[in-house]
Amino acid sequence: MSAKSPIKAIALSSAALAMGTACSAMASNGFSDDVVRIGVLTDMSGIYTDLSGEAAVEAVRMAVEDFGGEVGGVPIEVTYGDHRNRADTGASRAREWYDSEGVDMINDLSNSGVALAVAAVADERQRHAIVNSSSNIGLTNEYCSPYVTHYTYDAHSLAHGTGKSIVEDGGDTWFFLTVDFAFGVGLEEQVSEVVREAGGEVLGAARHPLNTTDFSSYALQAQASGAEIIGIASTGADAINAINALSEFGVSPDQRPAALLLWYDDIESLGLETAQGLLLTNAFYWDANEETREFSERFYERTGRMPNMAQAGNYSSTMHYLNAIEAAGSDDPDAVSKQMRELEINDFFAKGGHIRPNGRMVHDQYLWEVKAPDESEYDYDYLRLVTTIPGEEAFQPLEDSTCHLLDNDE
Amino acid sequence: MDVFGIPIQALMGQLMLGIVNGSFYAVMSLGLAIIFGVLKIVNFAHGAFFMLGAFTAFLLAQHLGANYWTTLLVAPLAVALFGMLFEWLFLRRLYGLDPIYGLLLTFSLVLVLEGGFRVAFGSSGQPFATPEALQGAINLGFMYLPVYRGFVIVAALLICLVTWFVIERTALGASLRAATERAELTQAFGINVPRLVTLTYGVGVGLAGFAGVLAAPIFHVNPSMGSSLVIIIFAVVVIGGLGSIMGAIVTGLGLGVVEGFTRVFYSEFSSTIVFLVMVLVLLLRPAGLFGREEG
Amino acid sequence: MQLRYLTWPLLAVGLLALLAVPFFPQVVYIVFVMKALCFVLFACAFNLLLGHTGILSFGHAAFFGTGAYVTGHLVKTYGLPTELGILAGGLVAALLGAVIGALAIRRSGIYLAMITLAMSQLVFFFFLQAPFAGAEDGLQRIPRGTFLGVLDLNNDTALYYVVVGIVGGGLWVVWRTVNSPFGHVLRAIREHEPRAISLGYPVARYKVLVFSLSAGLSGIAGSLKAIIFQLAALYDVHWHTSGDVILMTLLGGMNTVFGPAVGAAIVAALNHYLDPFGAWVTVIIGVVFMACVLTFRQGVVGELSRLLNRRRIAPLRQPAGRRTRAHH
Repeated sequence: MSAKSPIKAIALSSAALAMGTACSAMASNGFSDDVVRIGVLTDMSGIYTDLSGEAAVEAVRMAVEDFGGEVGGVPIEVTYGDHRNRADTGASRAREWYDSEGVDMINDLSNSGVALAVAAVADERQRHAIVNSSSNIGLTNEYCSPYVTHYTYDAHSLAHGTGKSIVEDGGDTWFFLTVDFAFGVGLEEQVSEVVREAGGEVLGAARHPLNTTDFSSYALQAQASGAEIIGIASTGADAINAINALSEFGVSPDQRPAALLLWYDDIESLGLETAQGLLLTNAFYWDANEETREFSERFYERTGRMPNMAQAGNYSSTMHYLNAIEAAGSDDPDAVSKQMRELEINDFFAKGGHIRPNGRMVHDQYLWEVKAPDESEYDYDYLRLVTTIPGEEAFQPLEDSTCHLLDNDE
Repeated sequence: MDVFGIPIQALMGQLMLGIVNGSFYAVMSLGLAIIFGVLKIVNFAHGAFFMLGAFTAFLLAQHLGANYWTTLLVAPLAVALFGMLFEWLFLRRLYGLDPIYGLLLTFSLVLVLEGGFRVAFGSSGQPFATPEALQGAINLGFMYLPVYRGFVIVAALLICLVTWFVIERTALGASLRAATERAELTQAFGINVPRLVTLTYGVGVGLAGFAGVLAAPIFHVNPSMGSSLVIIIFAVVVIGGLGSIMGAIVTGLGLGVVEGFTRVFYSEFSSTIVFLVMVLVLLLRPAGLFGREEG
Repeated sequence: MQLRYLTWPLLAVGLLALLAVPFFPQVVYIVFVMKALCFVLFACAFNLLLGHTGILSFGHAAFFGTGAYVTGHLVKTYGLPTELGILAGGLVAALLGAVIGALAIRRSGIYLAMITLAMSQLVFFFFLQAPFAGAEDGLQRIPRGTFLGVLDLNNDTALYYVVVGIVGGGLWVVWRTVNSPFGHVLRAIREHEPRAISLGYPVARYKVLVFSLSAGLSGIAGSLKAIIFQLAALYDVHWHTSGDVILMTLLGGMNTVFGPAVGAAIVAALNHYLDPFGAWVTVIIGVVFMACVLTFRQGVVGELSRLLNRRRIAPLRQPAGRRTRAHH
C-alpha cells in the first residue's frame, strides 16, 4: 500500500527498533497508534505571539472540536510547543514530536527559519507539516516535499496581490523601505519584478537592519525619491515604525505607502488615525461575509481577539487535514498526502481551494484598504475590500516552481 | 551642491534627524553612565526600563486619561521608584562582588519585565498619539521638521543639562562624587551612602524611563522596544568613557549623527557602525573619548 | 578535598548515564541530549577564559556561530567529509579567536568585554550579509554525512555516540589544560597579573593562546550543532548566545572545571521543558536566574563542593605551592 521503498522501510523499522519504541512504526493501513496527534509549533513567548501564539493553538483546537474530536474512530489530540524563534529549537521539537511522541502533523510554524527547518525534518521523517504563518516560497520550490503544505499566503501572493493591483491602479513609480533580511529583500525583488512587468518603474530602495526604531531618515529618503508608492517590505514592529514615520513626516498627498505584509493585528497597534488609506493583501478578514463572521465571533469568544489570516488558516488547514484522513480511512502520511491534494477546500476561509503537487494551497487573496476612523462603525471594523485576486494569479505559476516533485526541468 | 551624489540639503536634514536620534542615546547613556559611576554595575536592564517608561505613559493615558505632560512627569518617577525598589531589594546584595553578577541580575530583570509585559499586553504593541500642542511641522529651510522631534531635542538636552548641573555643581552632586571615589570615607563624614546609591539608581533608570516616554509617540510601544537598544547604549557609554557624564551626552549625540549618515550611505551597516567605532576608539584611546586614564 | 574523591565516581556515573541514553527514549529524547552536550562543551570552553584566566568575553557567539557556519557551508556546498568539516569549523574559529583575542587583551575588564562584544557584532554582520548564509532563514539542510566514511550519521544513535566522543574529547582537553603547567600560569594571571609578568611569563602570549583554544573548542561545539540540526542560524552568532553562555557558566559555577557543564544542562533543560507554561516561560527563566544570582553565587557545582568542604576555608583554590610547578 505505502509508496515507501523497501530499503527505507527497513531503515525506518530498524531505527525504531534501535530506539526501543514501537510508536514510530506505522501500519500500512488503519491508524498508526490509535490516536491522531496534531502539534502546534508556534511562538508562545516572543515577537510573534500575537500573530500566532496561543490563539493559533486555540484555532486548531476549535477545528478538532468542530470535527467531532475523533476521526475514523480514533481520538484526535492537540499538543503545542514554543520554538522561541530559533530554528534549532523548532527542529529539535519537531523531531521529538515525530520520533517519540507520535505527532502526525505539525501546524502553524511562524518564522521562516523555523518553517524551513521543520519542513526538512517532516520530509525526512515522512510526516506532515502545514505552514500557515511564514512566507518563504522555498517551501514550494527547492525545499518542497509531499508532506509539506504551504497554506495561507506566501511571498509571491503578497507581491502579486499588493504590487500588481497598485500598478494597475496607476501607482507606477516605487521606492522601497526594506528590512535587510532574506524575507524583505526577496519581497522587494518580487514586487519590483511585478512593477516593471506592468510598465512601472522602481526608483530605489533603502534597506534597514531588523529592529530599527527610528525610520525618520528613511522617510526623508523616500520623500526625496519622489516615488508615488512607498513599498514597505517588512513586518511587525519594523513595518509599524516605518508607517508611523512616513505619516509623521507627512508623505505628501501624491505619495502613498503600501504595506506588503501587514497583519490585522498591526492595524490595531497603528491605530486607524495613522493606518487609514493603507493598502494590504490578506487572505482573510473576519468581517468579509456571514461565514467569516460566524467563525470569527466564536473565535473571539474563546480568545478575546479576532482571528488574523494565519489563525483562520490554522483552523481551515487542520480541518482539511482531518477530512483527508477520513477520506483515506487511515493516517498513513502518504495516503493522507494524496487525499489532501485531491480534496477541494470549501469553507469560510477558502472557496474552491486546492493543494498543488508542490504543496501550495491555491485560493483567492484579497486586497484591502484600511478605513478612516469615521468610517469605522463598530469595534474591529477596520478594512474595506478593494479587489479579489484569483488564486491562480496570486500564487506562483506551477510551471515556474523548481520543486523536484514536478517534472518541470525535463 | 552634492556630497557623494546626495544634495547638501538632504544631508542637512539627515544631520538634524541624527541629532534627534542622538538625543535619545544621550539621555539613555547618561543614565547608564551615572549608574556605572556610582554602583560599578553595568545595568543590563536599561532598555527594559526604557520600555517600562513608554508603557507606563501608555497605561496612564489609556486608563486614567492622563495628558501627555502629566505622563512625562509621572512615568519617569514611577520607573525611578520601581528601580529604587529593585536596587533596595536585590541589587545591593551584590555590591563589592565581581560586576558580572550585577550584569546577570539586571539581565534576569529584563527577562521578567519583557516577558511579563508580553503576557499582559501581547507582543504587537500599542498606538500612542502625539500631544496636540506638538503636532505639525516647522519649515527649517532645508526640511520640514515635525514639531515633536524638535521638542525631543529640547527636552532631552534640558534633562541632560539639569542632571549634569546637579552632579557637578550642587552639594548633593558633590557627596555623590565623593561616594563614587571613596565610599567608606564619605560614609565616615556622616553621609548616608546606601541611600545615595539607591537614589542614583533611581535617577539613572528614571532617565531611561523619561527617554521611553519621549519615544512613545514616535516609536512603536511594545515589550521588546528596548531590547536591541541596550547594547548600543553600552557602546555609547564605553566610547564616551565609562563614568564620564559629559562623555555620555556628547557621544550619544555624536553617534546618533554617525548612525544617521550611515543610513544614507550604507544603510545595512547602520546598526553595526557603533561597534566598529567602539573597537577603534578603545584601541586608540583606552579609556574612551572623555574618560580619564587610570594608572 | 572531599569533592575530589567524589569527582571520579560522579564522572563515571555521568558517563554511564550518557552512554545509556539511546536505550531509554521514553526517559529523555536523544536529540535534546546532543544539543545539551554541544552547550556543555561551549560553556566549558568559555570558562577557560572566564573562570580559569579571569577574562570575560562577551562575544563568544562569534566563535560558536563561525564554527556552525563554516562546517555547514563546507559540508553542504563543497561536500567535505563531516569529520573534516567539524575540524575546519574548529580551526577557523580558533584563528578568529586568536585575532579577536590579540585585539581584546590589549585592554582588561569591562573594556575587554566590550571589544569582544563589538567584534562579535561585526562577525554577526558578516554572516547576516554573506549570501551563502541565507540571512534569517539560515543555512538549511546541511547533510550529516558519514563519520570517517563508515558510520552513517543520519542514524541518531550513531551520531549520538560520535557527539559524545567529540564532546568528551573536548572536555578532556579543557581538563588537561586547566591541570597543566599552562593552566597554572593562567590561574596566576587571574590571581595577580603583574606578578605573573614580573615572574617573566609572556602573559600576552598566554592570553592569546588560551583565547584561541577556547574559541576553537567553542567552534567545534557550534560545528556539532550544525551537523546535529542540519542547520546554522543567525541566533548562533547573535549576542544573546554570548549572554546565554555566560549564564550557563555562572549557573554551574565558574570556579570549577565541569560546573559550566551542569549549568549548560540546566539552561538547556529549562528551555526544553517549560513549553507547557506558554508565554510565561521567559518570566520563569528570569526568576530562576535571579534566584540563582541571589542565593547560590558559586553556582550549582560550586555550592555543592562548598557544602562538602564546609570545614575548609578556601577550598576552591589550588594549594599555593603547586603554582611553582609551572616553571619550565
